[in-house]
Amino acid sequence: MRLTELFAELRREKRPAFIPYLMAGDPTADATVAMLVMLRTVGADIVEVGIPYGDPLADGPTIAAAGQRALAHGGGVAQTLDIIAKASPASPPIVVFSYFNPLLQYGFERFAREAKRAGAVGVIVPDVILEEAHSLQSALAAEGLDMPLLVAPTTAKARAARICAQATGFVYVVSRLGVTGAGSTPDFTPLHDQISRLREVTTMPLAVGFGVSNVGHVKDVAAHADGIIVGSALIDAYAKSAPEDAVAAVQAFVTPLIAASRA
Amino acid sequence: MKPDARGYFGAFGGRYVPEVLVAALEELEAAVDLAFADAAFWAEYHRILGEFVGRPSPIYATTRYAHDVSAAPLVLKREDLNHTGAHKINNTVGQALLARRMGKKRLIAETGAGQHGVASAVVGAKFGFPVDVYMGALDVERQALNVYIMQLLGATVHPVTGGTQTLKDATNEAFRVWAAQVEETFYVIGSVVGAHPYPYMVREFQRVIGDEARAQCLERYGRLPSDVIACVGGGSNAMGIFAGFVDDPSVRLWGVEAGGDGLETPRTAAALGAGSVGVLHGSRSYLLQTAQGQVRDTHSISAGLDYPGVGPEHAYLKDSGRATYVPITDTQALEAFHEFARCEGIIPALESAHAIAFARNLAAERGPDDLILVNLSGRGDKDLAQIRAL
Repeated sequence: MRLTELFAELRREKRPAFIPYLMAGDPTADATVAMLVMLRTVGADIVEVGIPYGDPLADGPTIAAAGQRALAHGGGVAQTLDIIAKASPASPPIVVFSYFNPLLQYGFERFAREAKRAGAVGVIVPDVILEEAHSLQSALAAEGLDMPLLVAPTTAKARAARICAQATGFVYVVSRLGVTGAGSTPDFTPLHDQISRLREVTTMPLAVGFGVSNVGHVKDVAAHADGIIVGSALIDAYAKSAPEDAVAAVQAFVTPLIAASRA
Repeated sequence: MKPDARGYFGAFGGRYVPEVLVAALEELEAAVDLAFADAAFWAEYHRILGEFVGRPSPIYATTRYAHDVSAAPLVLKREDLNHTGAHKINNTVGQALLARRMGKKRLIAETGAGQHGVASAVVGAKFGFPVDVYMGALDVERQALNVYIMQLLGATVHPVTGGTQTLKDATNEAFRVWAAQVEETFYVIGSVVGAHPYPYMVREFQRVIGDEARAQCLERYGRLPSDVIACVGGGSNAMGIFAGFVDDPSVRLWGVEAGGDGLETPRTAAALGAGSVGVLHGSRSYLLQTAQGQVRDTHSISAGLDYPGVGPEHAYLKDSGRATYVPITDTQALEAFHEFARCEGIIPALESAHAIAFARNLAAERGPDDLILVNLSGRGDKDLAQIRAL
């Protein structure tokens, strides 16, 4: 199913998409596969699967450390595609999250072809802006893969309109200044204004990420957005447990969040 | 040359950053365009370089070094005589003036060995900006004296514990901090790297080296140099001196990279010599990386050259053939360091020792009608503890 159809269906159900983020290969490749399958059984709507990268400019310490752990045991583009291929028949729709350089080295056409074959539906690249997105986006589009683009609190309205017009699947709304991470409690009041302003320039689904980490945040964001992305807090939930307990830890963490997103 | 509207020198440069930084880069680009067209801005910059930094730095013909192999005059551009002992301060003065003009409240900077951190702390003190310096935790240990100097000057040094705990991770962290406090913070990048307009802006703040040297060569020798040599890590001292000569087709430009243990080994920092095209820290250039696109660990005896990337304009000059890039190993640089100190009474920075080592090799192929200009980018005091311990 294409992402736009999925969001249209959720809109009819009057609820936002719940979108957890996993780091491919952390704590192990098998655990990532098991988490992806589990996430469908508990009702996640889409999953972002991160390709580990050693220099993640847009990520805070939690996701950076998860990436380092995954790289230490063979993580990267090839392992991520392998994980997606194993999990995708039984997982929610998968959107790959990758920094630009690993995709550039893999080759855009080759990556698009193999990501499609593995069962992914889209690709998000946090260090590619509107002006640099074209060549990758065309390669992905040729395989029917979406490429959501990001808007930030600093993005001016006219630029946001251009980003929303070029994004496919959905628009990733960065909730605050800075990088990913649970950390301090965000004040979502400016976010609500940001979403209202975006609604004036686009009908694209708007999914919110960065700093969304508990039931209260999910309820707050769910009232305004079409999607809720939870990453660092999910990784924090299993990072201290043994690898064999990680799937259960993630399940225990996301279950109340999913319920909150549907309340 | 000026990069194109999207910040490219040919196929290199651009903006590969999180969207949150785009507004700040556009604001900076607009401020750069206005300031660079304003004679009063440049007048103040040159006044400060004169009174505070000690410019113009002289050119100076060596009296003994390499004279055994060549009759070609070997002329040094003495950036080692600048306040703080290197070329880095030309850039931080310029960026601090811009930050003040833009109404920014604080400066942040990344640093590897600490030279750019010190140069940033100096202008912070001079202009009254709070300065936060991000430095890999390993470098904080290895460069304790520079950490102390930055603190003495009132800057706060933040050890970065992620990744390899060196310059590339310090740069990642500075970008992250900038993203969180982008509206009131000016990010002072230390080399001709980063997203547009940084590579262009930093080059324009370093071109004073090449502009002065060109006029000095014409005045003293009545001709242009046949060859211009500079070491290249990120590449700011090299872009600075090259900028004075890039439009003179008779002048051969040589960038000397840190070969480390050798280009055929994994222990090197020669991004142009041993790397491939990729994206790091906001721009497309050459990069030492794995087949899977992960940035590789690098090695050089010189902390200031130990960086996996290189400025995008160097990538352009390499591919267009306008400049040639050559490696010098740790061993060759150390030999030149000692030889040069004994022959000239000048202790060069280990970075500059790479350029000096190559100059001797090149001099052997040149004659009395040639003129070799070497950028002596910094003095070696900062390296003495390391060299003494070898």
